[in-house]
Amino acid sequence: MAEKVLMKGNEALAEAAICAGCHHFFGYPITPQTELAAYMAKKMPKIGGTYLQAESELASINMVLGAAAAGVRTMTSTSSPGLSLMTEGISYIAGCDLPCLIVNVQRGGPGLGGIQPSQADYYQATKATGHGDFQLIVLAPSTVQEMVDMVFLAFELGEKYRMPAMLFSDGLLGQMMEPVELPEPGTVKVSDKPWAVTGHNNERTHNIVNSLYLEPDLLEKTVRARYERYAQCQATEQRCEELMVDDADIVLVAYGASSRVCRSAVVEARAQGIKVGMIRPITVWPFPVDAIKKAAGHAKAFLTVEMSMGQMVDDVRLALDGARPTYFYGRTGGMIPSPAEVLEEIKKIQEGI
Amino acid sequence: MRSDLNLMLAGFGGQGLLFAGKVTAYAGLMEGREISWLPSYGPEMRGGTANCSVCVSDNPIGSPLILNPNALIAMNLPSFDKFIDTVVPGGTVLVDSTMVEKTTERTDINVFYVPATKMADDNGIKGLANIILLGKLFKEMQFCSFEALMKGLEKCVPASKAAMLESNKKALQLGMDF
Repeated sequence: MAEKVLMKGNEALAEAAICAGCHHFFGYPITPQTELAAYMAKKMPKIGGTYLQAESELASINMVLGAAAAGVRTMTSTSSPGLSLMTEGISYIAGCDLPCLIVNVQRGGPGLGGIQPSQADYYQATKATGHGDFQLIVLAPSTVQEMVDMVFLAFELGEKYRMPAMLFSDGLLGQMMEPVELPEPGTVKVSDKPWAVTGHNNERTHNIVNSLYLEPDLLEKTVRARYERYAQCQATEQRCEELMVDDADIVLVAYGASSRVCRSAVVEARAQGIKVGMIRPITVWPFPVDAIKKAAGHAKAFLTVEMSMGQMVDDVRLALDGARPTYFYGRTGGMIPSPAEVLEEIKKIQEGI
Repeated sequence: MRSDLNLMLAGFGGQGLLFAGKVTAYAGLMEGREISWLPSYGPEMRGGTANCSVCVSDNPIGSPLILNPNALIAMNLPSFDKFIDTVVPGGTVLVDSTMVEKTTERTDINVFYVPATKMADDNGIKGLANIILLGKLFKEMQFCSFEALMKGLEKCVPASKAAMLESNKKALQLGMDF
């Protein structure tokens, strides 16, 4: 077992991506993901990789498209306003069925917003990252170790389903340091990419990477085929952590940084004799619908906690389909809820059930 | 079970608060404990107030943002004013009295006024007031073993600045002897 080291989430993620065989990084600087790009800038030249600071986020994401089309593991990282600029390119990448890694270290919005941690890009990540019918695989780490582990998962799932994958982080996880164990080099699973546009000395027919289909019936057929893969992904890749859910009357649903706050609140509530648990989505797309439905079998109420005005709570409501009352508590604009605030909400719900 | 350390370090950017926090975190890591280190970030880091939350615990750490520390190191007046009332009763507070002339009226906390910046200057280790205060905190709270603290320090001083290790050790000792 490798020795644990202290690393910032952003740096650990960058190192993990290199370990995962991603040697092509394109980006444009923005707080609070800066350390990630800085780490890449320092490391990539030493290993013969590419670190390219493009002229804009638009350029970065299209460079990612090009590298992904050539079949290499590639990524970009940004924070909320930068992600908005990338959405056109992300739609093109999805339309080309290309795998890649997109990191969003979220900050407060809308507009330039602020630079403190936020989770207000949930709708953007899971519902409408760009124009057209498409989805991303969206993974939500809650620790620095998960920032590392999920990089590997993101590349693997992205290649398996030929989808872009997003690591959905935030300023708190990006900036904090925790002990982390980095993977041993050489343990990478990279899948074959027979579709990649690479040189082949006329030994096979040309591969074409494209998202333009002028015949609507052909485009519909392509989109439908893509949605069959999405359905398979939804059926097999839902991931979440369950914390004391089995006997819980109230189930909290929270991901990423806010799940850490909720963890503290759950422990405190239990110490006070309140039966509370937490479902922490690890994949926010595909959303862990099955775990929510299962918990609804015995739980009396659900409380979704987010660093937003309430976005994931819609997915919780959809999963519950009216079976149980669903409450919401959130802070936004870069404010982080305190465990005491969440405990207060839990107690209010406890009185009503 | 050992008690948790919830340490808030606050002062001006450049006083080495993040570094002192990292030494504390590494000391905890050396003992196999759960730790988190969370800095303030953004424009305030450039000359304004900087702070850093360090949690050391035997249990997984939920929120890494400390709202009510049981240990506070305050290295300037705005930080002293901002955080002194957030310390839990019974908590330990280290104030750099070279930088902060004020004292607190609270009697339910243990406050130590250490002229750390002056001590560092007088002993030829300018800039190591942060580590002097950490030494004093260690003496008062014993939040880890001395060996772990030394190992933590060694982990944080980069090999390229090995010469700094001795002056850091000297600073720790000055704090512990105060």
